[in-house]
Amino acid sequence: MSAPVLVAEGLTKHYPVKSGLFGGTQLVRALNDVSFTLTAGRTLAVVGESGCGKSTLARMLTMIEAPTAGRLSIGGEEVTPDRWSEMRNKVQIVFQDPYGSLNPRHRVGAILEEPLKINRPDMSADERTARAREMLAQVGLRPEHYDRYPHMFSGGQRQRIAVGRALMLDPKLLVLDEPVSALDLSIQSQILNLLLDLQERLGLAYVFISHDLSVVRHVADEVIVMYLGHSVEYASKEALFDAQRHPYTKALLSATPRADPGQHSQRIRLSGELPSPLNIPAGCPFSPRCWLAQDRCRTERPHLSDESHAHACFFPLEAEAPVSA
Amino acid sequence: MTELTQDIPEITPERPGRLREFWYYFRENRGAVFGLWVFAAFLLIAIFAPLIAPHDPSAQYREHLLQPPFWQDGGTLTFALGTDAVGRDMLSRLLHGARYSFFVGLVVVVVAAGGGITVGLLSGFAPRWLDTIIMRVMDVILAFPSLLLALVLVAILGPTLLNAMIAIAIVLQPHYVRLTRASVLAERSKDYVTSARVAGARLPRLMFVTVLPNCLAPIIVQAALSFSTAILDAAALGFLGMGAQPPTPEWGTMLAEAREFILRAWWVVTFPGLAILITVLSINLMGDGLRDALDPKLRRS
Repeated sequence: MSAPVLVAEGLTKHYPVKSGLFGGTQLVRALNDVSFTLTAGRTLAVVGESGCGKSTLARMLTMIEAPTAGRLSIGGEEVTPDRWSEMRNKVQIVFQDPYGSLNPRHRVGAILEEPLKINRPDMSADERTARAREMLAQVGLRPEHYDRYPHMFSGGQRQRIAVGRALMLDPKLLVLDEPVSALDLSIQSQILNLLLDLQERLGLAYVFISHDLSVVRHVADEVIVMYLGHSVEYASKEALFDAQRHPYTKALLSATPRADPGQHSQRIRLSGELPSPLNIPAGCPFSPRCWLAQDRCRTERPHLSDESHAHACFFPLEAEAPVSA
Repeated sequence: MTELTQDIPEITPERPGRLREFWYYFRENRGAVFGLWVFAAFLLIAIFAPLIAPHDPSAQYREHLLQPPFWQDGGTLTFALGTDAVGRDMLSRLLHGARYSFFVGLVVVVVAAGGGITVGLLSGFAPRWLDTIIMRVMDVILAFPSLLLALVLVAILGPTLLNAMIAIAIVLQPHYVRLTRASVLAERSKDYVTSARVAGARLPRLMFVTVLPNCLAPIIVQAALSFSTAILDAAALGFLGMGAQPPTPEWGTMLAEAREFILRAWWVVTFPGLAILITVLSINLMGDGLRDALDPKLRRS
C-alpha cells in the first residue's frame, strides 16, 4: 500500500465558552484524541449522531480551524497554521447543503474558477475557463451551464457544482461533510456514483462524514464511530458491519431501518440523553447510557485498542455476537 | 459518464432575469411606480434646469416684487409662480433648486453609504473587541438627535452647502454600518463563505467579492430612503441658515428667506415647501416599493 495521504494523531479541539457575564470560561470538548490514517483511493467514513464532533473534525482537516492538540499531516507534510495557505491545494471540502454552499451572486463559471484565481495567480483567464468547462463535463454537467447562476439548478446539480469546485485544485483528499443527506434518495445515488467514479479515476482519498449508515455501507472502506468527540470504534467496513465490538456501535446500527419487514429486528433502545460536551462523564463517555456498564467504566476512560478492529471499551461485545437485525 | 449526464433531469424553464423579475414585483406597488415617475421627472428637471427655466434664478426684477402667481389678480405668465421679495422668478428658482437637492441627495448617499458599508463590513469581520468599539461609536452618533448633531457639525465646520452635506453624511452613516454589519453576520456563517476560505480566499476578497454582493438588497433600500432624508435635512439646515447661503436657490434656504412674508405672499413659502414635500414623498414611496421588490420574504409568489 502507498504512503498515507492523511495521518491524524490525537486530534483534539476544545472551544472555550464564556458562561454569563461574570461566570468563568468552560470548555466544550468537541473532539478528543482522534487518530486515524487514510491512503489514496480509500474512503474513511466518520459516523455518529449529531454533536459527536464530526463537523469539527471536518473543519480541522480542511484547515479552517487549528486543533487544540494533536498532529495532522497531509500528503506526508505536517500541517501547521502558518503553512495553511500552501497546503490548501491538497484538501477541499463538499458541504451538506448545496443551497448554502454556492454563492448565489456568482455564476457557475466564476464559482469553479475562484479556487484557481486565488491559488494559481499565474494562470491565464482562458486557461481557467478551459479548466472550468472541462470540470463541468467531468461532474456530469453541460457546457452551457457555465454562465448560469446557482438558483437555476436543482439540488443534485448544485452538489455536482460543489464537487467540481472542490476538484478544481486537484486535491489529494476530499472531505465530504454529509454530501448527500440533503438530497432526494434518487439523486443521492447519482451523486454517490459520481463520487465513486471520480475517486477511481483520480485516486482521491475521501473522508466521508455521515449519519446515514446505509450510505456508509455503500461507499466506505474504513469506518470510525464517534461518540461525544471520542472515537469509540475504528475498523474496516466489513469487520464493523459484521460484528460490532462497542455497545454504542451496536446500538447505532440497530437503529438503521431495514427494507425487510419479515426480518425480526431487535432494536436497542438507549435510555437517557446525550450528555453535553461541556460536561463529559468521567470514565467512558458512553457509560451513563450503556447497558453493559460496570464500575470500572464510570471511573476509568478506555482507550482505542491497538487491534485492527479497534474499540474503546473494557467489555467489548464478543466477535461472534450476531449482527442485530 | 455520458450515461450519467443523461440521467440529470432537464432543468426547469429558465427563470426570468433579475431585472425583469424585479420590475414584475415593483410594478405591483402602484405608489412605488408613481414615486418612480415623479422621481424621474425630478431628475430630468435637475438635469435640464438651465434650459427649461424661463429666467435666471438670481436675476432681480425690481418692478415685480412679490408678484402673485399667474392665476391671481396681478399675476402674469412671465412669472408663472410669482416672484419673491427681491423680484426673482419663483419657478426658475424652484427648477434650479431641484439641482441642489439632487446633488445633496446623491453626494450624501454616496458618502454615507460608501463609508458605512466599508465600516460595517470591517465590523462584521473584525475581532470582537474592534467590532464592539465600532458599534459603540455608532451608537453614540445614533444617540444624538440627528439634526442637532448636523447643526453642531456645521457650526464647527462653517455654514456652507458642502459642510452641510458632510454633516448629514456623518449623521446618516451609522444606519448603513448597522445594516451592513447585520447582513454580514448573517451571511458570514453560510457554507459558501467557508468554502471560499477553504479555497484560500483572503479577507479582502471574502469581504468584497464573496459577502458584500449578498448584503446589498437592504442597503439599496436604505440608500433610496436616506436620499429623501438627506434632502429634508439639507432643507432644514438651509432653513436654519446653516446650509446653502442666499442667494443660492436651495429650497430650504428659500423657505428661510420667505419666512417673514408668509402672511402677505403665500406663494413664496408654499411652493418651496411643496417641492420638498413632493420630492421626499415620491422617493419614500419608491423606496417602499424597492424594499418589497427586493425582499424575498415579502414576495407573494
